[in-house]
Amino acid sequence: MKQMLVFTFSCFSIFLCKYVNAQKIELLGAGATFPYVLYSKMFDVYYKEKGIKVNYQSIGSGGGIRQLKEKTVDFGASDAFLSDQQIKEFKSPVLHIPICLGAVVLTYNLPNNPELYLTPEIIVDIFLGKIKKWNDKRIVSINKHVKLPDLSITVIHRSDGSGTTFVFTDYLSKVSKEWKEKVGTGTSVSWPTGIGGKGNEGVTGLIKQIPGSIGYVELIYAKQNKLPISFVRNKSGKFIKPDINSTSFAANIDLPDDTRISITDTDNEEGYPISSFTWILVYKEQNYNNRSYEKAKELVNLLWWMVTEGQKYPENLDYAKLPPKAVEKAKNIIKSITYNGTPIIK
Amino acid sequence: MIDKFFKNILKLFGFIIIFLGLLIFLSLFSSSLPSIKKFGLKFLFLSDWDPVNEVFGGLPFILGTLITSLLAFIISLPFILSVTIILGVYFTEGFIAEILRHIIDLIAAIPSVIIGFWGLFVFVPIVREVELLLGVTPYGVGIITASILLAFMILPYSASIGKDAMRLVPQDLKEAAFSLGATKWEVIKKIMIPYARSGIIAGMFLSLGRALGETMVVTMVIGNKNSIPQSIFEPGNTIASVIANEFAEAITHLHVSSLIYLGLILFLITMLFNIIAKFMLKKFKI
Repeated sequence: MKQMLVFTFSCFSIFLCKYVNAQKIELLGAGATFPYVLYSKMFDVYYKEKGIKVNYQSIGSGGGIRQLKEKTVDFGASDAFLSDQQIKEFKSPVLHIPICLGAVVLTYNLPNNPELYLTPEIIVDIFLGKIKKWNDKRIVSINKHVKLPDLSITVIHRSDGSGTTFVFTDYLSKVSKEWKEKVGTGTSVSWPTGIGGKGNEGVTGLIKQIPGSIGYVELIYAKQNKLPISFVRNKSGKFIKPDINSTSFAANIDLPDDTRISITDTDNEEGYPISSFTWILVYKEQNYNNRSYEKAKELVNLLWWMVTEGQKYPENLDYAKLPPKAVEKAKNIIKSITYNGTPIIK
Repeated sequence: MIDKFFKNILKLFGFIIIFLGLLIFLSLFSSSLPSIKKFGLKFLFLSDWDPVNEVFGGLPFILGTLITSLLAFIISLPFILSVTIILGVYFTEGFIAEILRHIIDLIAAIPSVIIGFWGLFVFVPIVREVELLLGVTPYGVGIITASILLAFMILPYSASIGKDAMRLVPQDLKEAAFSLGATKWEVIKKIMIPYARSGIIAGMFLSLGRALGETMVVTMVIGNKNSIPQSIFEPGNTIASVIANEFAEAITHLHVSSLIYLGLILFLITMLFNIIAKFMLKKFKI
């Protein structure tokens, strides 16, 4: 008994010593699941190059925002930018730093899965439950190259709250007044029709099984699983095939200084209209909760690296990298981060 | 000395568990206060769930939870009884008993996400075919699909408790009945089941509790439609499933607190079923 106690105690003290000795700076982040693969890759490389460990938990954008508000993490990550209302709920100013871009694509299950062209109006009416058949004359009129069957349309949406849903409903709200009034924009919304699948894999699972179904997933997921993807007509009237280039183009527009902008329904001629930034959120003033200057400095270095050198990693992983205009804005935002009121880097 | 020490340790841990239970209840209650203040008890009867406009009502989920659990319970009932009787009376030992027991234990050991995937990719298409034959909208996913999978999942719990209860029936009671000329069927019906009744019922309620809280399988096959299901072939949603779905990305206060409110309701429903189980146990005890 006594021996055991001694043993446990010594184990414990060894553990404690190790913990105290290892006071090397470690950064902690939490948030969106969408950029998780990219962030893991970036943080892994960063650890190998700079020796700074970054621990990222992909608990969802909402969770990331909550954790940042509680100040339990060094940075949060979100697929949706904070609304003015949400920013007011934070006690001190929060900055948005764009890291990469994602797109939401429409995928479907039709005989032989032909290439499909869709306009914003058709998409809205399908998801409102107004267009009920695939051989509806509006769909047929722009898809003359295929013979569409007399099949009911089953709408599949995400059942879990998701940045993907946010981007998609944000797009629908922009292109349709009716959608904006009836449903609106959100990570979870009250869907007028259809059934829900959990996660990209849940939606895909249902689509693969239900003939005549249509749903939305992330571009990366659709590409990796080789799902049929529809072209979507953008604001300039061009039918755009969603890929990392057209997604990147969507963001190459005049951005506001805080980058809090939804780029869905983009003005860019070559841009895919259902695209979005994904952001890292940090406090502008880094001296809170007795954080050391070193820690704040490491965080700023990491962010700087992510928008500069780190930008070579998104494309290999099927994410779209930041266009030049966005990188400039991101750099300026990082420069505005302060410790005791003085900027950390110049 | 050591006796007293041991007793105190046990007491301490016992109290910790009670205390934790209480704490869970209190924290659920306090976190759901914003929603309770806004919607009150009306929450139980409202059927809108609209996170964008911050209108929340729990009725579709409460109904979904109760319907799937009770349906699962009813579907599993004949299987539970047969397995209980077979393992408790006909094959108490030997090769077949071993195999059957192992298979049932194995069902309990399958992680629910695996059952969910199997359900989504194998079982749902079968249900769809059946629905086509019946002439209802062939979603494949829906209340009935979730209930059948739940029934399958909860089977091992009640079956294994029921089986043990049947085996506890004293040998002399059975022999006395046989000596009076009772057939095997009569012994099972009139002696063994009444004697083991409280054990069998306890097992059933335990499994019902599991059905109420099961999340993963339900989420994957129920269709996640946040409205009151019009028939058992329609997609619906349950409390556990909507919490799992929406909690991570719920951003507004009211949304989070409404989800926790639903959690509180599930807590109370489970407690209610436990109390009923206790009551039934007392009533049926011989």
